[in-house]
Amino acid sequence: MFDKLKSGLASLKAGLARTHNAIMGGVDAAFTGASREGILEKLEESLILADVGVGASGEIVDKLRGVFGGKDPERLKQLLRDSVYEILKDVERPLEAGPSPFVIMAIGINGVGKTTTIGKLAGRYSGEGKAVLMAAADTFRAAAIEQLELWGERVGCPVIRQTQGGDPGAVAFDAVRAAVSRKTDVLILDTAGRLHTKVNLMEELKKVKKVVGRELTGAPHEILLVLDASTGQNALNQARLFNEAVGVTGIALTKLDGTAKGGIIIAVANELKIPIRFVGIGEGVGDLKDFNARDFTDALI
Amino acid sequence: MLESLSDKFRKVLKDIRGQGAISESNIQDALKEVRLALLEADVNFGVVKDFCAAVKVKALGKEVMESLSPGVQFTKIVHDELATLLGGADAALELKGRPAVIMLVGLQGSGKTTTTAKIALELKKRGRNPYIVPADMFRLAATLQLKKLASEIKVDCFDEEGNSLGADIKDPAGICAEALRVAAIIGYDTLIVDTAGRHHVDAELMGELKNLKEILKPSEILFVADAMTGQDAVNTAKGFDAAVGITGVILTKFDGDARGGAALSMRLSTGKPIKFVGTGEKSDALEVFHPARVAGRILDMGDVLTLVEKAQGVFDEKEAKELQKKLKKDSFTLEDFKEQITKIKKLGSMESILSMMPGFDALKKAKDIQVDEKELVRVEAIINSMTKKERTDPSCLNASRRSRIAKGSGTKVQDINKLVNQYQDMRKMMKVFKTSGAKGLKGMMQGRPR
Repeated sequence: MFDKLKSGLASLKAGLARTHNAIMGGVDAAFTGASREGILEKLEESLILADVGVGASGEIVDKLRGVFGGKDPERLKQLLRDSVYEILKDVERPLEAGPSPFVIMAIGINGVGKTTTIGKLAGRYSGEGKAVLMAAADTFRAAAIEQLELWGERVGCPVIRQTQGGDPGAVAFDAVRAAVSRKTDVLILDTAGRLHTKVNLMEELKKVKKVVGRELTGAPHEILLVLDASTGQNALNQARLFNEAVGVTGIALTKLDGTAKGGIIIAVANELKIPIRFVGIGEGVGDLKDFNARDFTDALI
Repeated sequence: MLESLSDKFRKVLKDIRGQGAISESNIQDALKEVRLALLEADVNFGVVKDFCAAVKVKALGKEVMESLSPGVQFTKIVHDELATLLGGADAALELKGRPAVIMLVGLQGSGKTTTTAKIALELKKRGRNPYIVPADMFRLAATLQLKKLASEIKVDCFDEEGNSLGADIKDPAGICAEALRVAAIIGYDTLIVDTAGRHHVDAELMGELKNLKEILKPSEILFVADAMTGQDAVNTAKGFDAAVGITGVILTKFDGDARGGAALSMRLSTGKPIKFVGTGEKSDALEVFHPARVAGRILDMGDVLTLVEKAQGVFDEKEAKELQKKLKKDSFTLEDFKEQITKIKKLGSMESILSMMPGFDALKKAKDIQVDEKELVRVEAIINSMTKKERTDPSCLNASRRSRIAKGSGTKVQDINKLVNQYQDMRKMMKVFKTSGAKGLKGMMQGRPR
């Protein structure tokens, strides 16, 4: 168990080390003979390169500008860390599965890793001894149902499904009924990937949410928005529009094991204050970790 | 509401006009706006720097034309430079060899599998006989997804579970070799190979890709990338290019609202052309890459420049002056009105004109706006049914004249009333402009209860 945790942390650090190098490489180079303003500019540049965004980067650096008097690299690092942590600590709120059945609905645009995240999440909860049920409410994409079923086999969880092209609301309805009658602890709904700008598809999502709420008061308890760490500034639009449509209660940030910086999460946290629940750091079942602001910040800077 | 970039340019460049030429000192603020716009569009920081330097060189010393505002002129310089750097519209695929092989590579979730089907359909439309090869054995159900898509578009797909020739293979290299053999026997002329998503820093998986390249000897290796990619686009595109040598880029999810700055980052960091953009989930949603359109999108200004250019072609300067004279003399008649409408019609349908405006597509989707193409036709018909006297002096239009015109033009009296009212409003506005300039207009707008 501890080994697993350790290797997980190691891979998180390895993934973030690349981000770290990108940022600190910029910072270290900046210290050779630069003026104070020059250092701050370099710092801002490094944050922008990490996809933090022009707005949030400017804010962070402006804050430093106010409190930082010298040119000491170590002090600068610490201050930058503090500024970022200051933003992220408020959104570090791990997901706690409440009374059964606890319903999680995963949403997001195409290709961010919804199904994979759900598979990992199911593996995690059933590893904790919970009775988990998954529902294939992505009835649009070819083989999305089968993909979830294969995850079900891998992590040993049943999957509620209908046929491709069916009504996702009907799948959700069946799933909630099944979860209640089977005394399931956690029900995880997979939904079809959709661009946040497609009005009719967002309406469909609202409908699925409504169906779930009608069958089980208070459900879905968690609406988990899955964001891809390699996404740039558009992740903000995604978070805004999905939030407007169905009310996002948590975020999972995936694909942090590549060279993507994941800095956009700082901008999202800064603006929307939605809790960040998980980070995805690999392809394995165990590669979904609770978001930890301190670890994330320390590994980042 | 976001201020459009050309508005910003106009603000920061408003003092240029008197100075004759764009100079180092008066361009600084405008360049800052360019930098900001590009960064917000996810263009890589390094690329932005280079681009701003290039624009500066292009713009310095340019004389400010009297006819154009410095803002518009600078916008055009920036836009043209961006479009040039993004490269030409070239969807030509290199299809050498028999079978010709196209290999799709990229990160997880970029849209390789969907794009594989799109390319197969496109080639089928171009008269080729394509064969889809699923070589993503990693992601669960990826092969099944491709098989389903293939059967939807009626293109043959290699089956690893005992193909038509009896083999049963489970590894990408084996599948590719076997698919080549099958293609040679059955006579497919093009292979489209979907590969597993991977990070460019994963040495093992990149090694696998190199191996597949050895086996397939593809004439196209297309890097499939999400249009929403951030700063990292440079690293991934470069990484894939260095490892397997990509021949082009396909940008996916372009139907969203991402500004798509990654296009410029990837184009400049690899030098490889962007061949297609994916614009939807269906298999036919694949479009040729249009640099000008994408440049406008990165700058968040719609296709206004195309519209400006089009309009310049239709409205010539002499006519414009003539019209101005008439407006000044307050002798703008319905006849002139009709002429203007005819010209607007030459620009294209209302829908296509409006779609060139920034934000219109989003607005249309959000508000479900229907563009009434017939409106202009109706107005033209009404004016055509008027006598010369009525056209020059609409005040003579009494009830009987109006009902005659309605009958003649196949419209209703209400339509005639509406048109006459519009015309009167227009004249009123022009009068206000003439007497007191924009201030008078503002006064009129404010005085109007909403």
